[in-house]
Amino acid sequence: MKPFAALLERLAFTQARGAKLALLQRYFAATPDPDRGFGLAALTGGLRLATARPAQIRALIATRTDPELFALAYDYVGDLAETVALMWPDGDPGAGPPGLAEVIGALERASRPEVPARLAAWLDCCDASERLALLKLITGGLRVGVSARLAKVALAGLGAGRVSVEEIEEVWHALAPPYGALFAWLEGRGERPDPAGAPSFRPPMLAHPLEAEDLARLDVAAYRAEWKWDGVRVQLAAGPGGRALFSRGAEDMSAAFPDIVAAMGFAAVLDGELLVVREGMVAPFADLQQRLNRKAPSARLLASHPAGVHLYDMLFEGEEDLRALPFAARRARLETWFARVRPARMTLSPLLTAADRATLTALRDGAREAGIEGLMLKRADSPYLAGRPRGLWWKWKRAPLSIDAVLLYAQHGHGKRGGLYSDYTFGLWREDGVLVPVGKAYSGFTDAELLILDRWIRAHTIARFGPVREVEKALVLEVAFDAAQRSARHKSGVALRFPRISRIRADKPAAEADRLATLLGLIGHADD
Amino acid sequence: MTAPAAETWLKVRPEGLYCVPGDFFIDPLRAVPRAVITHAHADHARPGHGAVLATAETLALMRARLGAAAAGASQQAAALGEPLTLGGVRVWLAPAGHVLGSAQVAMEYRGRRVAVSGDYKRAADPTCAGFEPVRCDVFVTEATFALPVFRHPRAGGEIARLLASLALFPGRSHLIGCYALGKCQRVIALLRQAGWQRPIYLHGALMALCRLYEAFGVPLGDLRPLAGAAKADLAGAIVLAPPSAQADRWSGRLADPVTALASGWMQVRARARARGVELPLVISDHADWDALNATIDETGAEEVWVTHGAEEALVHAASRRGLRARALRLIGYGEEGGEADGAADGEAP
Repeated sequence: MKPFAALLERLAFTQARGAKLALLQRYFAATPDPDRGFGLAALTGGLRLATARPAQIRALIATRTDPELFALAYDYVGDLAETVALMWPDGDPGAGPPGLAEVIGALERASRPEVPARLAAWLDCCDASERLALLKLITGGLRVGVSARLAKVALAGLGAGRVSVEEIEEVWHALAPPYGALFAWLEGRGERPDPAGAPSFRPPMLAHPLEAEDLARLDVAAYRAEWKWDGVRVQLAAGPGGRALFSRGAEDMSAAFPDIVAAMGFAAVLDGELLVVREGMVAPFADLQQRLNRKAPSARLLASHPAGVHLYDMLFEGEEDLRALPFAARRARLETWFARVRPARMTLSPLLTAADRATLTALRDGAREAGIEGLMLKRADSPYLAGRPRGLWWKWKRAPLSIDAVLLYAQHGHGKRGGLYSDYTFGLWREDGVLVPVGKAYSGFTDAELLILDRWIRAHTIARFGPVREVEKALVLEVAFDAAQRSARHKSGVALRFPRISRIRADKPAAEADRLATLLGLIGHADD
Repeated sequence: MTAPAAETWLKVRPEGLYCVPGDFFIDPLRAVPRAVITHAHADHARPGHGAVLATAETLALMRARLGAAAAGASQQAAALGEPLTLGGVRVWLAPAGHVLGSAQVAMEYRGRRVAVSGDYKRAADPTCAGFEPVRCDVFVTEATFALPVFRHPRAGGEIARLLASLALFPGRSHLIGCYALGKCQRVIALLRQAGWQRPIYLHGALMALCRLYEAFGVPLGDLRPLAGAAKADLAGAIVLAPPSAQADRWSGRLADPVTALASGWMQVRARARARGVELPLVISDHADWDALNATIDETGAEEVWVTHGAEEALVHAASRRGLRARALRLIGYGEEGGEADGAADGEAP
């Protein structure tokens, strides 16, 4: 437990990719099997453990601490696992913490009601840093900013050049924790593990954002245009050996999308966008978010929020690897294949016609529909390359919209931003001079701005409702967002897509903030 | 005859805590005719007082920081444990273990004894005299870290984490933010204890106080000014700077620095993250939750007054043990120099 806890603690504060890689590599090199393999699985989301609910953790700490002191401490720290880790009384210093393999083995076998008693026994043998690692593991939220991809890059580093990260990804889904065969292969002690027909993830090709200078140089005729869908990029891999739906980061999402997996009765690897689609219409991203939040969706959710995929590329047809073919040829193969197979829940993402830069610009600026974020531009002759090669694929998001809104309420952040007021409800002026809430934002600001906002909120609170503070209607925030959509669920009648704080407008009096009517005028033309 | 209750002769006034028969303030928040100063941090040792009573070390630190003219029109040094009588009040200073020269103020009046802790810690510190509990009837305590989540780890363990980071990233400078008075010298002394004998580079604001510590017999080893140091020498070196200086332009001259901050606030992750720190070091010069409570019990006091910090939790905990406890609500400590809210201000010792 100790090396894993030390790793998590460093990762939690490390931003730079190179430093994260150094920390991961050192952990993999210095930690013995099977602990390092379980550590890898914990970092990459490869564990299925009995977890504990927050209510169980609260009940546990109530047996060891004064409830009033716990409430004061939790209000200050803002994160349940961290508060418990810091407050838990030190147990027997001689006992020493359990090994990671021991913890994970026990949790794999345990049922949920058995977890608290085991957890308490372990916490008694741990120091504060180990307690936090244990609690994060058991509450299912490590959140240390390590993607599966990054962990694999670190593993490739362990192989000292013998094995590339792409090779690791191709065998990855045939492996299971604690990854003994993988480490043996990386360290030159064993054979390459055989994926044996199991659906495996292929590293996707990614696009660069298109900047003004790129547009000026763009040879429009050499590119094909598609809508940039406001969903989640997915890879569908199916064949005789099985079916899997992968996220862009190689996470296996199959369990959360049984409706898609059921429609994958084919042998191919496809690239596309996962969306909620009702009667052919793409629903706003918030609808997809409800599906993404559920690891095991109910029948009711499956019916009310049906998933679909807009397909745009084909990597394999059967066993045949198409990735070296130019985009135009892969697209032709995809269209022919699609016409023949006609998989349910899937459609082809249409190619758009744009002969020149002006048409292209008009298309992108007109893209205000719920499901569309902008344009994708792909070179007709581009092979399918892993990673983000320059100049082949561009993403061209429509310009963000913005409003000047008044801060109304603030709430403590949890986890990463625990204890600081980082969750803001803002509003606009209605015709009758009343400020109505139009949205919430909890990102976009810098760490320095967060401290300024936190201090302002504490000094200007006029009422408290549990964790929520109502503040003086005096601070204007510039809020950027991707789209405004009509919504019956919001008092203001409008919902914002991805609102974030782009600036603190301390210079602007609240009376001069925007009117609600201004925002209503920005609602996507699809609704008109 | 029963002794008069402490609150009849020790009162909270806008200027701070006032001893009526002795006619002096303790750590007043604004200039007063007569002040007893517990230690030289800026929020406790303010400029412009008339007569100032403190330890010789505190007086020297005040002169160095405030200038001789502002450090009290007249200064009187008191040795630790040496009593004097002011208006019928027997007054003496006892070591507080916070920074060099830091002291508690003990007062005895008509058979009743009060001890004012000032800022203090119980952990060992090679740069100052260790805290000694004073048996008293009323204990006036600080409460900077008075929440049960603050249980400071051993400082030696935090230094070991720093040295492990230097071993893992040998090419990177390690820039440690630490308050100029106390924390800086303690971190240096702890590094020397851990065997780090290489030069330690200092931001200009730190050197003068380090020299003053050395003059009082606290050896700190090879210290060099950061200004003028070659970039090659700074790779893999330890550099100390005030926390507010971390983002200064000169820090751009360091080799891909690992930014660290040595403060008790680093125990809470959101606070450490808000400071943009890559290596938070939980090294505090204040008593943690367990030490605050243990110290209250050791003084034998039946009454506890809580001055500044998280009063609510400490008052609750002391009351649960059958003590009379109340918050004094003195506003103004911890705003500068003190270890108030490290996330909100520029300095966090």
